[in-house]
Amino acid sequence: MKIHEYQGKELFRKYGVATPRGVACFSVDEAVEAARNLGGGVWVVKAQIHAGGRGKGGGVKVAKSLDEVRAKATEILGMQLVTHQTGPEGQKVRRLLVEEGADIKKELYIGMVVDRGTQRVCLMASSEGGMDIEEVAEHTPEKIHKVFVDPGKGLTDAEATDVAKKIGVPEAALAQAKDLLKSLYKCFDETDASLAEINPLIYTGDNKVIALDAKFNFDDSALFRHPEIVAMRDLDEEDPAEVEASKFDLNYVQLEGNIGCLVNGAGLAMATMDIIKVYGGAPANFLDVGGGATTEKVTEAFKIMLKNPELQAILVNIFGGIMKCDVIATACVDAARQVQLKVPLIVRLEGTNVDLGKKILADSGLPIISANNMADAAQKVVAAAKGAN
Amino acid sequence: MSILIDKNTRVLTQGITGKTGMFHTKMSQAYANGPNCYVAGVNPKKPGESFEGIPIFATVKEAREKTGANASVIYVPPPFAAAAIDEAVEAGIELVICITEGIPVRDMIRTRYKMQGSKTILVGPNCPGVITPDELKIGIMPGHIHKKGRIGVVSRSGTLTYEAVGQLMELGLGQSSCVGIGGDPVNGLKHIDVMKMFNDDPATEAVIMVGEIGGSDEEECARWIKANMKKPVVGFIAGVTAPPGKRMGHAGAIISGGKGTAQEKLAVMESCGIKVTMNPAEMGRTLKSVLK
Repeated sequence: MKIHEYQGKELFRKYGVATPRGVACFSVDEAVEAARNLGGGVWVVKAQIHAGGRGKGGGVKVAKSLDEVRAKATEILGMQLVTHQTGPEGQKVRRLLVEEGADIKKELYIGMVVDRGTQRVCLMASSEGGMDIEEVAEHTPEKIHKVFVDPGKGLTDAEATDVAKKIGVPEAALAQAKDLLKSLYKCFDETDASLAEINPLIYTGDNKVIALDAKFNFDDSALFRHPEIVAMRDLDEEDPAEVEASKFDLNYVQLEGNIGCLVNGAGLAMATMDIIKVYGGAPANFLDVGGGATTEKVTEAFKIMLKNPELQAILVNIFGGIMKCDVIATACVDAARQVQLKVPLIVRLEGTNVDLGKKILADSGLPIISANNMADAAQKVVAAAKGAN
Repeated sequence: MSILIDKNTRVLTQGITGKTGMFHTKMSQAYANGPNCYVAGVNPKKPGESFEGIPIFATVKEAREKTGANASVIYVPPPFAAAAIDEAVEAGIELVICITEGIPVRDMIRTRYKMQGSKTILVGPNCPGVITPDELKIGIMPGHIHKKGRIGVVSRSGTLTYEAVGQLMELGLGQSSCVGIGGDPVNGLKHIDVMKMFNDDPATEAVIMVGEIGGSDEEECARWIKANMKKPVVGFIAGVTAPPGKRMGHAGAIISGGKGTAQEKLAVMESCGIKVTMNPAEMGRTLKSVLK
């Protein structure tokens, strides 16, 4: 799960990571009022969307008067912000963060992720702040410094100070930077984060270290013990089809093709998308129905897929192990009737009670196309999707 | 021969009284040598009771001492599953297979940290388990689709493993052992560990390696294969069509920062002498093509 920058900064403050003073705003008037209350003569108006690259997309503006705050807020709020992470359609800006301006002397980069190889949290730091860190990693990997944090000890004083020195934090700010890094690790660990990023972390003319940005992802599996994080979820930032699917415990990811897929198991679901491509088609979605594909779940899955205007055909691919093929077949038939399916439906069943399952499909009187194996199913669904065009 | 488990393995089930634990213990017990192999269950609230004739103990330690169990399978719900692994490790169980899906990553980081220096082997979590066909099944895979043979299967995915096994069976090829290592980012055995075991197992003639997007375990395994493997290996990687930054069902199946793509993995595997296929319907035939 992701949260907004302003929410990430609230977490930072709670853990003692320094941030600029700022106020989250939902209207232009609120933004002007926030700037007035913050005082000073320079403010930053920042679009709050989950995607990165907001600055380049025109979602972050500096204002030097309250009139300018009004003008910039009017410009950004409600805009369709396009960044390299939003896709060409962009993301509508519904929230703003108005912050006091900062005296930036140098921009640095700090990130934290779970490293799969070492099975530890990895702190990444670089002197090249404010840039796309993936490009830094590709072109000048020597400028990225890593610490793999010992879960027993946490991030130590020595490690934190060493990293701060390596990325060029001035002597006068080292103690503060060390504390900030340690606080960040504590925050990451205690909130079950899967990614935390400060890009940029800055030091100011008077040698203060401040987090100018805050990006967080959290481990979905740990949300059950973090109601305070769940409360920050913003459904406007998520794909409506994916939100709908999650209500029915379906794993769904919207894609750009026209062939809907309904599969049991994540690996087989990906492989089904892949084989559609092998035979010249394009998958409309990833959908894992999990271990218990009931009529209700299959019906909801069909409904969600059918909301996609691109959809031309559906492929159901089930390897019934513990789950019996006759149960799936019945669920498919019932679901197809309930939603009055108008696109071709190709069903491939394999495993326990497969013959009974195929008979149920054949006897249903519905125009369901039965397939004998994965390749057969993919070829049939690609042909069906083309025929529908 | 086989790897990890055989008819002499003695299994205890942690979480034997839950819905999933009961169902799969019953199915596993009914498979091949299951009646002899499933010797204990653990539930701290129900010591002295039994399930399908399997005695239940309060702790793993007691269950091991009283029954000689040397393997554990875990069906405990996610919030408590990492602690269940810890308990099995502390009790000196040799092999722990954790089926549970959805364990917080932080819990697994701590559990793996505590396992440093331990002799316990962990398979999973979020995996279908391990089967040595016609001997013993520990996990949730359907037993009847397998038969004994000479092909090893290692995979991060459940149903995609069944698909691979199904294709082998159509060609009349049985399996030595099938190991599901699970779809989580922080786990126990990795592809490379299982590959080493298959390499040393005289009963295994060739191996199918099924991977998916995310991480770099497949690449590490491929490099090891190039330098050390004496047997043919074929591979498939799921997720060529997966978009970056999106979690594809499994917690570990995500392309992040441009890393962990299927294309990259397939390229490394191919360069290391592994015969790969882009078509998941061709896993079985690809394997057959490399047999002598």
